[in-house]
Amino acid sequence: MEAFSNELNYILLLPLLAVIGILMARRWPNVREGVSIITGILVFYFTWRVYQQVAQNNIVELKWLEILPGLSLHFKVDALGAVFSLVAGFLWIITTLYAIGYMRGHDEKHQTRFYSCFAIAISAAMGVAYSENLFTLFVFYEILTLSTYPLVTHAGTDKAKEGGRTYLGILISTSIFLFLPAIIITWVVAGTLSFSQGGVFTTSTSTILMSFLLILYVFGVGKAALMPIHRWLPAAMVAPTPVSALLHAVAVVKAGVFSVLKICVFIFGADALQNLEITQWLIYIAGFTILMSSLIAMRQDNLKKRLAYSTISQLGYVTLGALLISQSAVVGSTLHIVMHAFGKITLFFCAGAIYVAHHKTQVSEVDGMGKVMPLTFAAFGLASLSIIGLPPLGGMWSKWFLMLGSLDSGYFSMLIVLSISSLLNIVYLLEIPARAFFKPAPENARLEEAPSISVLAIMITSLMCIAMFVYASDLHQFLLEAGLGS
Amino acid sequence: MISHLPILQVIIPLLGAPACLLLNRPNLAWLFSILVSVLTLITSIALLMQVQAQGTISYMLGGWEAPWGIEYRIDFINAFVLVIVSALGAITLIAAKDGISKEIAEPKQPLFYVSFLLCLAGLLGITATGDAFNIFVFLEISSLATYTLIAMGDDRRALWSSYQYLIVGTIGATFILIGIGLMYMMTGTLNIHDLAERLPAVTASNAVLASYAFILVGVALKLALFPLHFWLPNAYTYAPNIVTVFLAGTATKVAIYLLIRFNFDVYEISAPQFKYMINMVFITLGIMAVIIASWTAIYQTNIKRMLAYSSVAQIGYMILGFGLDSVSGLQASLLHLFNHALMKGGLFIALTAVALKLGKVELDDLNGLAKKMPWTFAAFVIGGLSLIGVPLTVGFVSKWYLVVAAAEQQQWYIIGFVLLGSLLAVIYIWRVVEAAWFKPPKELQNAAGNVTATTSREAPVLILIPLWILILANIYFGIDTRFPVSISQQAAQLLFGGA
Repeated sequence: MEAFSNELNYILLLPLLAVIGILMARRWPNVREGVSIITGILVFYFTWRVYQQVAQNNIVELKWLEILPGLSLHFKVDALGAVFSLVAGFLWIITTLYAIGYMRGHDEKHQTRFYSCFAIAISAAMGVAYSENLFTLFVFYEILTLSTYPLVTHAGTDKAKEGGRTYLGILISTSIFLFLPAIIITWVVAGTLSFSQGGVFTTSTSTILMSFLLILYVFGVGKAALMPIHRWLPAAMVAPTPVSALLHAVAVVKAGVFSVLKICVFIFGADALQNLEITQWLIYIAGFTILMSSLIAMRQDNLKKRLAYSTISQLGYVTLGALLISQSAVVGSTLHIVMHAFGKITLFFCAGAIYVAHHKTQVSEVDGMGKVMPLTFAAFGLASLSIIGLPPLGGMWSKWFLMLGSLDSGYFSMLIVLSISSLLNIVYLLEIPARAFFKPAPENARLEEAPSISVLAIMITSLMCIAMFVYASDLHQFLLEAGLGS
Repeated sequence: MISHLPILQVIIPLLGAPACLLLNRPNLAWLFSILVSVLTLITSIALLMQVQAQGTISYMLGGWEAPWGIEYRIDFINAFVLVIVSALGAITLIAAKDGISKEIAEPKQPLFYVSFLLCLAGLLGITATGDAFNIFVFLEISSLATYTLIAMGDDRRALWSSYQYLIVGTIGATFILIGIGLMYMMTGTLNIHDLAERLPAVTASNAVLASYAFILVGVALKLALFPLHFWLPNAYTYAPNIVTVFLAGTATKVAIYLLIRFNFDVYEISAPQFKYMINMVFITLGIMAVIIASWTAIYQTNIKRMLAYSSVAQIGYMILGFGLDSVSGLQASLLHLFNHALMKGGLFIALTAVALKLGKVELDDLNGLAKKMPWTFAAFVIGGLSLIGVPLTVGFVSKWYLVVAAAEQQQWYIIGFVLLGSLLAVIYIWRVVEAAWFKPPKELQNAAGNVTATTSREAPVLILIPLWILILANIYFGIDTRFPVSISQQAAQLLFGGA
């Protein structure tokens, strides 16, 4: 049954069509950005339709073609994918708005290449979200890596190229050496790569092999940035801020943790994962990542670097939830993908706004800037609170469920890790608006915000942080009804 | 007419060559040789269809019955190789006019087409014939033509590399001849089909083992199996670019075919220990070729040389498939034979286009060139991805089969080496991509009047068309894999069922 396969086709192909439009309109910037925004709105509309179909428990499936017997490009939407694609689709529109202000305000070169690669990356992220099997997921995962490389090295400086090389080097080598072999072994052992409820392995599969595979998967999905495979994320911060915001806070990294979540739930399955000895060690590594990267974040003076380490820490939450595998933990992980997306993208938007309006990149430089950019720093504070997990902001719910999940699975230690991490978040995130509002303002300070279209984007995402506090229950219900983590 | 296809396959280019000489005008010779190569291609496709329809074709030359006369025997394996060789010949020739315009002096250009067609005839002959001595004859025809072609390179070192190849090639051919002679001594026949039937009776004798060893080493020299590959980087680097395209796509492929024919069809090694040893030799040499040649490729600044080392590595993958000694392993080798012709042919044509603009293809000269030649370098990126083995390109298909074949036998370490080889390919391909696409052009740094400072534009259409035919084939057959997969599967099953 292939219901609503057209929507999937549109979601995957429209961004690629947009690339052609963007290239053709390269001489008329307004038309070019118009193409991006219209495509974004259309894509979002279709992701919304898909989401509703999934909410009604309809099967949304699309089979492109079978490359080799058993290896096909095949899409099938589940609750996880519907949520992820919805968030990515929505934030693409907002980021494009923001990027218009940022890229023009900053007079960046190669803007056509920028918007083209962006569209390809979004299409790839959608492919990851909807994939029915590991092969499809892998294909789009790799497209995502390659299409974001020109975005990371956008500045073209030696520093950008070095960052790009680290980025590509780590992501490609982990996926070739760990992820791909894991997929091949899964194929040979289980005979299928389809995501299936309860996992694909039979009970007779040796636990040693499965432990080995789990390690390969968890570290092989380099985009999930579990320590020690995290170095690429700070390196990617040389990219223009809209890239860091959408890709390295939402699409790319979330594609990583999303893959880990899918693999844990639908390749291994809850029962198998809980019975593996190795799972608890990986849980400890995730806990270590959460705390360690928060500590590193505290020591970063560069604002974007600090946010990058904060992202690594928050990605650790999702990986942790995936490994804990209890129902609340998986729901918490999925919610965290959403909540963190809105929070972190706001933070990055703010960092970019500060840079584009005042060319400040360091935390120590923002003293008293609250008078200059009140809206930006208010949004920053709001988003920080959401990431910390305080009510009335969306971030509270995901932490709530993750903590519940830790207790369900009997990991009291992880409850403590999550609490300490919240404290650390307060220290390194709230410091920034505190400095801005409470330190004395520089002389000749007058109101000067970033380009208004960028400020608009910041407003939307920060208000979403509040809105998600209210709508979290809908999302929660959706996840439960769509049969997640049973 | 239809029943004479097997011999027409060889005769058309063989007679086309002297006709080209008589025309003696570069453009006429070019057009004529395209005509010849297209006819050859049509013949080979017709042969393949015929084989698919009615199985193995046996053609008696001059009507003389098989063991006495010369037999041309076309089955799935060589029909497949014939298509690859003649298709690449035709595609290369389209690009040849512009490709050689700068490198070969005009009076010599007709000679180029003559040698090219002779080389094509030789390679097709080796593949089509079912007679061991005939193989040797065609091997010499193709080799002599190849030496001429390489020596036509405009670099003086072309002469030296041609000479080096001449020495190595002659040793190889002599070894093969000795091997054939020994086989004849033991069985009294030169017909390959006949040999395959008679050899098992005398397989224990040392003479047969010696002939096997001679042929193995002789063919290994021709196919540049590591560590007998040392002639290949020089020959590929200094030969005219178009010749490199052709050789990379065909010459080593035909040598691989010979190895398949002798190793899986003619000799039936019954002693398991000996068999195991040979397989281990193949696996070890294959892995070493993949790793060491790829590693060397990373350090080359001349891009042609870099791709030449990459070719040695790709041959390693094919040999690895032999060593696995299973249907799927051999199928992986056959697939890679086809796929490698597509990707390396494409990449070398892209270099031809670059060399036409720059005169040489040093890495530093490529900086920022993609802005001026977007089509050429877009093709290079896709070809490179295919070489790496990214899904949706042909490179993925053959590597997937190779890895699954290794997994079937629980030889996990092979998977590791194959993946390591891919990673090394990422590195050497990415250096080029980064230079061409992401580095600023450095024309200002050159002295005024330098060639690189000219406003070079996109490559001529006659180079872009064949380039994109090959590149699109890389994608097409990477997505719709039915044709190469089914043919190679039937061929591999035939070899294991019949041997």
